[in-house]
Amino acid sequence: MGNSSDIISVKGLKMAYDDYVVMNSLDFTVKRGEVKVIMGGSGCGKSTLLKHMVGLERGPEGEIFYDGELFNPNDNSGDVICRRFGVLFQGGALWSSMTVFENIALPLENYTQLSASDIRDIVEFKLSLVGLAGFGHRYPSELSGGMRKRASLARAIALDPQILFFDEPSAGLDPMSSRRLDDLILELRDALGATVVVVTHELASIFAIADSALFLDSETKSALCDGNPNDLIDDPSVDPKVRDFLKRGELTHKER
Amino acid sequence: MASEGVFIVLRTKTIKAESKSGCRASIRSSSSGEVLVLHLSGRWLISDARPGLDEVLVDVDFASLSTLCFECQDLDSWDTGLLIFVRACQELAEKHELRCHLQDLPEGVQNLIRLSHAVPSHKNSLEDKTRGWLTSLGERSLGALDGILNYFAFTGELILDLLAFVFGRAKVRKKDFFFIIQTTGPSAVPIVSLLSFLTGLIIAFIGVIQLQKFAADIYVADLVGLATTRELGAVMAGVIMAGRTGAAFAAQIGSMKVNEEIDALTTFGISPMQFLVLPRVIAMVLMMPLLCVCANFVSIAGGMVVAITISDVSVTQYINQIDYAVSTTDLAVGIFKSAVFGLIIAMAGCYRGLNCGKDATAVGLAATSAVVTSITWIVVADAIFAVLFHILGV
Repeated sequence: MGNSSDIISVKGLKMAYDDYVVMNSLDFTVKRGEVKVIMGGSGCGKSTLLKHMVGLERGPEGEIFYDGELFNPNDNSGDVICRRFGVLFQGGALWSSMTVFENIALPLENYTQLSASDIRDIVEFKLSLVGLAGFGHRYPSELSGGMRKRASLARAIALDPQILFFDEPSAGLDPMSSRRLDDLILELRDALGATVVVVTHELASIFAIADSALFLDSETKSALCDGNPNDLIDDPSVDPKVRDFLKRGELTHKER
Repeated sequence: MASEGVFIVLRTKTIKAESKSGCRASIRSSSSGEVLVLHLSGRWLISDARPGLDEVLVDVDFASLSTLCFECQDLDSWDTGLLIFVRACQELAEKHELRCHLQDLPEGVQNLIRLSHAVPSHKNSLEDKTRGWLTSLGERSLGALDGILNYFAFTGELILDLLAFVFGRAKVRKKDFFFIIQTTGPSAVPIVSLLSFLTGLIIAFIGVIQLQKFAADIYVADLVGLATTRELGAVMAGVIMAGRTGAAFAAQIGSMKVNEEIDALTTFGISPMQFLVLPRVIAMVLMMPLLCVCANFVSIAGGMVVAITISDVSVTQYINQIDYAVSTTDLAVGIFKSAVFGLIIAMAGCYRGLNCGKDATAVGLAATSAVVTSITWIVVADAIFAVLFHILGV
């Protein structure tokens, strides 16, 4: 069942929407406490892979293991595993009928026996972590896109999850906020020992946070390589597509 | 671990409480004044009970203190539970003008606390939300007035666009138009037929039982024929379409508004009124009379089923009596009313959709109020028509 340092292992995962195959047979592992980046061009199935990993979608073939335990989202054991997740969705996915404060408080109210004052302290602390202190009383519709994203991040980390899934966390953020978000991701990993899976195509973020990066290719419908992006970029044995991606297309640009 | 407790040592005083996590306060003196030291021990997790700052510092005299610092040799594990405690300590230190030293805390705690201070707290200017009832009343009245004016503006714009359409200046996308015709017309036939059939059945049933007492069974045809053609055909079709299509219009246009699709239309210079509202209004006004005619025939058929089974009226007698009782005017009255109801439903649905808020809840509210508005106005319009036709002698 693989190495005990692997918190997630994906084996032979095939992803498809009806007849349209997104990815054939993916195999990779995520080590405990590492920041794993899933990268690739638009529409290559990065977000779909994330949805499979958190159990929102199920592939026709393949299995996903968490700590060696088979993950079946329709099962009770799947619910227990899910409770260790914190997920940041691409569009934020804040519940629009609740204030930001209530959005973050909801998981705390449901899954802990904390007192109301403790919940208030925790929510305020999480909001200040993402730079939104004082915005708790607002409704999601009263926030800007970037603020919504950060509020959603605060909700994702409300329960101090062991595994964090981020779908395009820095899309729509200004460079400073994006940088702070990267710092926060690393800090959460270091301080709380969380494992982080990030879907992104922001190169700056990839180089700043990734311990290892998985490149999904939509042409071959497979993962081309898996390794530290700083090593991948100058390694001639790595598929040129990956190096080209990491160099913002400079390789193919020169040829023109 | 459970035997570990909270010891509060203030020079000579000791207070003990049961908990997995521990915090002991002691006071040291240094060159720059007295130092309050918080000794943290055990597990500081949100899932466990943790000592509160108030109980730890129950009778500390802050006047003589100058600095607050921590000692964590016995700290076992921690998460947000410790972080919120440290934050509370910082706030307390600020309140009493103490220096707060975090150096002895675990590095992760220091970093996260630093990160949480990176952006200053947002001071909200809308804090004074306590308004008097008079202010609220005034604001609501103005809001209601605004709503009425908006509705007039919407109606005016619609009339201008309709005129533009009639004179060929406004174009409606054919594909959209026929799709809307399909959903408002043919797709609604089954449900309208079913409910109209049952309505005809019910009216005939009530009528036949009363009329049998006078041996006037045959007049059930008059009852069903007049009631459906003049009133019920149009009203039933209107109510069904308000729930079915009016709500759909509001929800569809409302979601487009939430997704900024309406804004996208506007930036291309395409009027949402012409692109979205006009085809819907025209389709409804065209389809409602057809649905009304369908409802009339099916209702009369429903009445016939009761007439020939419960009483001894024959099919021929029933049809002859209908022919005798129902005039073309009665039929026309119903059809005319149904066209007006169609206009009401389409306008209410589109208006609510276009004035929808910006989130999922608002779309739900828009759909609800579209249905309520249409049904209310259908009944009001029906009452006005009743009086009007009486005066005109139609």
